[in-house]
Amino acid sequence: MTATLATPVLPDTRETDALRRRYGRRHVMGRVGLYFLAILVALASGGPFLWSAITATKLNADLYNPTNNPFLYNLSPTLDHITYLFTSTDFPVFAWNTLWVGILVVLITLALGIPAAYSIARFDRRWSTPMGIAIFFVYLIPPSLLFLSLSRLVVWLGLQDSTWSLVVVYPTITLPVSIWLLIGFLKALPRDIEEQAMVDGYSRIGAIIHTVLPLLFPGIVAVVVFAFTLTASEFIYALVFISPTANKVVSTGVPTALIRGDVYFWQSLEASTLLIALPIALIFNLFLARFISGFTMGAVKG
Amino acid sequence: VSELRVADTARRASVAEVRLKMADRDGFLAWLFLVPTVVYIIALVGIPFALAIAFAFSDVTTGDSSFQWVGFKNFELIFQDPVFWTSLWNTLWFTGISLLLIVVLGGLLAEILAADFRGKWVVRFLILLPWTTPVALSSVAWLWLLDSIYSPIDWVLRAWGLIEGNMYWLGEPGLAQASVIAVQVWRIVPLAAVIMLVGLLSIPKDIPEAAKVDGAGYWRRMFEITMPLTAPLIAVAALFGAIFIFTDMTVPYILTRGGPTNTTQVLASWSYMRGIAGGDIGQGAAIALFLFPLLLAAVVLILRSVRKMETLG
Repeated sequence: MTATLATPVLPDTRETDALRRRYGRRHVMGRVGLYFLAILVALASGGPFLWSAITATKLNADLYNPTNNPFLYNLSPTLDHITYLFTSTDFPVFAWNTLWVGILVVLITLALGIPAAYSIARFDRRWSTPMGIAIFFVYLIPPSLLFLSLSRLVVWLGLQDSTWSLVVVYPTITLPVSIWLLIGFLKALPRDIEEQAMVDGYSRIGAIIHTVLPLLFPGIVAVVVFAFTLTASEFIYALVFISPTANKVVSTGVPTALIRGDVYFWQSLEASTLLIALPIALIFNLFLARFISGFTMGAVKG
Repeated sequence: VSELRVADTARRASVAEVRLKMADRDGFLAWLFLVPTVVYIIALVGIPFALAIAFAFSDVTTGDSSFQWVGFKNFELIFQDPVFWTSLWNTLWFTGISLLLIVVLGGLLAEILAADFRGKWVVRFLILLPWTTPVALSSVAWLWLLDSIYSPIDWVLRAWGLIEGNMYWLGEPGLAQASVIAVQVWRIVPLAAVIMLVGLLSIPKDIPEAAKVDGAGYWRRMFEITMPLTAPLIAVAALFGAIFIFTDMTVPYILTRGGPTNTTQVLASWSYMRGIAGGDIGQGAAIALFLFPLLLAAVVLILRSVRKMETLG
């Protein structure tokens, strides 16, 4: 209202008022439409997970009655199935395997990826740009094209049925994206910082360790998150390389080991999905802006 | 002042000197930094890729990995099996429909992600969930959502009096195919939306605002400003989505195992069924090889869009 009072009174107030009302109404309609769409889209995307959350905490008698309203608790909710997941299934083993495979893969990715990204972003060789593009396209070579030959390779290396096979192979998935992200973050850092450090007496490697790495740290954290998410999501390699239940990761263990023949432990299955999905999505949301800036910076010629 | 200038020239001279010295060693360091990655990628992507092609012409099985050249025998065998043609055709049309849906829904999601409103954080979180969740796990969530007896979708349809009994989402060929496509689109659209969001944010604000002042409505601005300016990124988003969908076997594997009677089989899942479950690696490799032309086409199109983006920017 204060805004209307502050505007000078125009000669034909009735006409402007009508216009203002019309635009105001259109604005309100636009906002209502936006909120409506946002809620609709959020439900369509997150719906299966909300449904999982209800399912995971239902009693068997409540869940397995097709006449019960599936969206409500017809009987009191329970945490029994989540306790069951941790005490009587191999879920903790799968989670542990996913965690240590992920950590080792991330370390390998950083050890190979940071120098490679630095080389492409900073030493302007003739092959720098083509190499960057080539590495990016390695990312697009899908596991479904390589899993058969890699499964033989894993056998020849004596790693079949061992979780280590994933540690060896997963960097093929994480390395190309991570290098691409790191190139983007490196291009955002001015070159003067190393040059100045070298003038001050550091060698190139000394300058990288003392000036570039600390400044690159936020980017490295983003790469860690991205690479870890990729390893946790992978399915085909984990399915093909490893059959003993004790060596499985979450991605393969949950759908194969928590389903026994025709018996589905639905509540525990849904609980495990949520327990993995929510933390990953939470961290991913925190880093989204950084991922975007890394990928777009990497695409900028420089 | 002159002292400062002297110091400055001295500093510049030493910078030039360092640059020269660096240039000597840079060539060596540039290689040294890159060699581990190149060796690793050749060993675990390059060689396996060559092997994948070689296996397609061999009689390697999971039991006997001795390599014998058999020429085009594997291809003759897979061509004789109608399931191969089903899965090839499914791969193509699943991808085609997904592509269309990704562009439309991804654009809608990108618009929502670009808008300002209260509670956006929660909406963004829910929108990204399908993409950040491991595919195998979200497919399990869908498996339960599409359950033959307890599906809540069926419950709602029954409550509205639209059906009696159950739909059997994963048991009827047409519904199973629709379900697989829906889950694929559902999980890839957020990624496409984020890529398109980058495009939306890169449009200078004054262009649509000027158009608005000139009286262009929402749809006019959409079709005459937003879409042409973001077209290359829309293409990149769609092609990335397409690659992730047509090379994926996780969704059909978990939802239907390719059934009912192989009607949801795609190249990736059929290659797994033959190569690993059936043990005939030669045939599996021959089937997977048919992903390659599709992949190549997508990559060429991506490169072309990126080049277009550079000329626009």
